[in-house]
Amino acid sequence: MSGVRVLVGTRKGAFVLSSDGKRERWEVSGPHFAGWEIYHLKGSPADPNRLYASQTSGWFGQIIQRSDDGGKTWTQPGTPPGERTTPEGMPKAESNKFVYDTSAETGKPLTTHQFYDGTQHPWEFKRVWHLEPSLGDPDTVYAGVEDAALFRSKDGGKSWQELSGLRGHGTGPQWQPGAGGMCLHTVVLDPTNPQRIFVAISAAGAFRSDDAGKTWQPINRGLKSQYIPDPTAEVGHCVHRIAMHRAKPGVLFMQKHWDVMRSDNAGELWQEVSGNLPSDFGFVIDVHANEPETIYVVPIKSDSEHFVPDGKLRVYRSRTGGNEWEALTKGLPQRDCYVNVLRDAMAVDSLDKCGVYFGTTGGQVYASADAGDNWSPIVRDLPAVLSVEVQTLP
Amino acid sequence: MIRVVLPPHLKGLAHVSGEVQVDVTGPATQRSVVDALEAKYPMLRGTIRDHVTQQRRPFLRFFACEEDLSHESPDAPLPDDVVSGKEPLLIVGAIAGG
Repeated sequence: MSGVRVLVGTRKGAFVLSSDGKRERWEVSGPHFAGWEIYHLKGSPADPNRLYASQTSGWFGQIIQRSDDGGKTWTQPGTPPGERTTPEGMPKAESNKFVYDTSAETGKPLTTHQFYDGTQHPWEFKRVWHLEPSLGDPDTVYAGVEDAALFRSKDGGKSWQELSGLRGHGTGPQWQPGAGGMCLHTVVLDPTNPQRIFVAISAAGAFRSDDAGKTWQPINRGLKSQYIPDPTAEVGHCVHRIAMHRAKPGVLFMQKHWDVMRSDNAGELWQEVSGNLPSDFGFVIDVHANEPETIYVVPIKSDSEHFVPDGKLRVYRSRTGGNEWEALTKGLPQRDCYVNVLRDAMAVDSLDKCGVYFGTTGGQVYASADAGDNWSPIVRDLPAVLSVEVQTLP
Repeated sequence: MIRVVLPPHLKGLAHVSGEVQVDVTGPATQRSVVDALEAKYPMLRGTIRDHVTQQRRPFLRFFACEEDLSHESPDAPLPDDVVSGKEPLLIVGAIAGG
């Protein structure tokens, strides 16, 4: 019987929630990496036992962890516990080392971006926000980092190289940090075209590569952001999240700082589909696994009040690819609720009745085994949830 | 032989409990001790000092013999009692946050 594994990153560790295909009874494993911030963990589509985790700390920096047994055990790639360095004195791996590429060979070494005070500021690595394993190779994984850049490992996370064409394509000096820092938080891979990669950056916007990450272009036409001097500028938009259905890779859905958007031409042009949402501010957006025009968001009251409107936790579903939205409330608190749902904290499984999952800053992870009609908490009292990913197991 | 006390999170990463001990060739300094720590426990590379600048991470402190050595030169000799193994070098996570 098929099963589901929910990977939860929190402010104080990672948790793995497991169930069979009925999704009624859950086993909870964790905390893994107790006390550390786990910004994101995700499994390889090519090998479900291969998981990657971003373990980070304001004190100790960035750690990359890998599991080859579905989250039972973890190691820093290439550095088994207690093993010494090579005879030459070099570490066995540099899995924690993220160094911006400033080499002349890459053409446009770029060292500054716009800072809060309008001055140019050097890029400084802080943490990995998002790990996106390759669709076909378990050893290849992308990392979206703060300060915004895209890195790739081709050796299972042992070493990382920047895809510097993104920072170097020309608009980098105009990027600036949002309230959460200047982070590359979304990486979407096209399942039909291995050359095509989408990324999103706060606050710069969305970008696309059609040559496997070598060169990039901004794809922000149609976005309007009143919080930047030119609301329709080429870059500067605070994109919170992008989602795609694997059967329609040219259709993208976006939760922007304000506004829910869609594009039917791989980001060439966006149109607003916020429709009747009670607020079009939010962080998450995701697509039903089996219905490419069914999408989910969780409206948040505003950018100054990062909690749900009216004290009610409501997922909104559109079965028309946007504009017409219905509130999904069964099993969710409808009074005195003031949580947030962060950008990486919603995911879907691919079972016949699509499961939808999200985590809150209040430490709850909610699940629906019927595409959002009914909800129940898997866990209620975890640390604040930063990310939720789901694996559908054979 | 230099005794080093790591903060709990780094003990977890290095899979050790209690104090660790490292051998240093040449003068015992903050730099040579951290070099030896990273050689023995490569998973700690980048956690005590930045990968690129090699500077101490701002929220980590070096204490020994009831003194804060954090602002000493990384190449300054460590106190005699640390060099002799009588006292440990404490690597401490600054108290901040939740």
